[in-house]
Amino acid sequence: MSEEIDRQWTTRLRRKAAGKLPPEKLLPDTQSSYVASWIYVFGVATLAALGVVIGTGCILALRGPQWWHGSSYGHFVNSLHLWSVEVFMFAMVIHLWGKFAMAAWRGGRTLTWMTGVVLFLASVATSFTGYAIQSNFDSQWITTQAKDGINATGAGAYFNVLNFGQMMMWHIVLMPLVLVLLTGMHVLLVRMKGVVPPFEDDPTPTPDVARVTE
Amino acid sequence: MNGEIDEPVTVFTTVAALLPLNTLGHYIHWHFIYISVANFTVVVAMIVTFVAALFLPFPGRKRRKENK
Repeated sequence: MSEEIDRQWTTRLRRKAAGKLPPEKLLPDTQSSYVASWIYVFGVATLAALGVVIGTGCILALRGPQWWHGSSYGHFVNSLHLWSVEVFMFAMVIHLWGKFAMAAWRGGRTLTWMTGVVLFLASVATSFTGYAIQSNFDSQWITTQAKDGINATGAGAYFNVLNFGQMMMWHIVLMPLVLVLLTGMHVLLVRMKGVVPPFEDDPTPTPDVARVTE
Repeated sequence: MNGEIDEPVTVFTTVAALLPLNTLGHYIHWHFIYISVANFTVVVAMIVTFVAALFLPFPGRKRRKENK
């Protein structure tokens, strides 16, 4: 019986998950001393901004374009959605610069870095679909300019920027799903591998670093 | 109406008068670089924030070192 339980996929998955990510790693009490720097706050600032983006987006989805264009409360929530995206991109780019300077892919953190890269590109695509569905002259201009570029790539048959309904679904269903899943994966990978240490504290220097320091 | 503005003067209308957004955009054109003043301002703000994050002391860092 015990052997049978050991072979169950739920048992194996639970043991693997608990081994890779024990509770003290998932929600740690302390962080390494080098994390006490402003350059380390931009990742969590990006996460906080994403929370406001999703929250305001949910309110906009509930009330609709007539409301966000025609009432002062709608204007306010619409502006909050825009400005939280601005803060999100602002913080994410500084996070990217900081992590690039730290070579944050060191020490087996390749997947953490790559999920970040894909998240950045997915965020640009999500923002673009948002600009396409403002339902104003700005979105008309953006989509009529973008259609030629998209069609030149051959993707126009599946991604028609002039199709409001399709762009709306990309913006509020598909892209948020991708962003939330990848963000969850990115954060879990950071928890599993830990924050990348400075070069001088790195216990496993890359061959290039070792050569320079010899 | 008699040509009068019936909107009360608030902080928002004052700011809107000082920073009019309902006008043509301003652009910086230098050789092949062509960028709006708004986007250029954001890029400069990002660089300033990045440099400040590298050099500004983090609150409590000294206390943590002393405890160590």
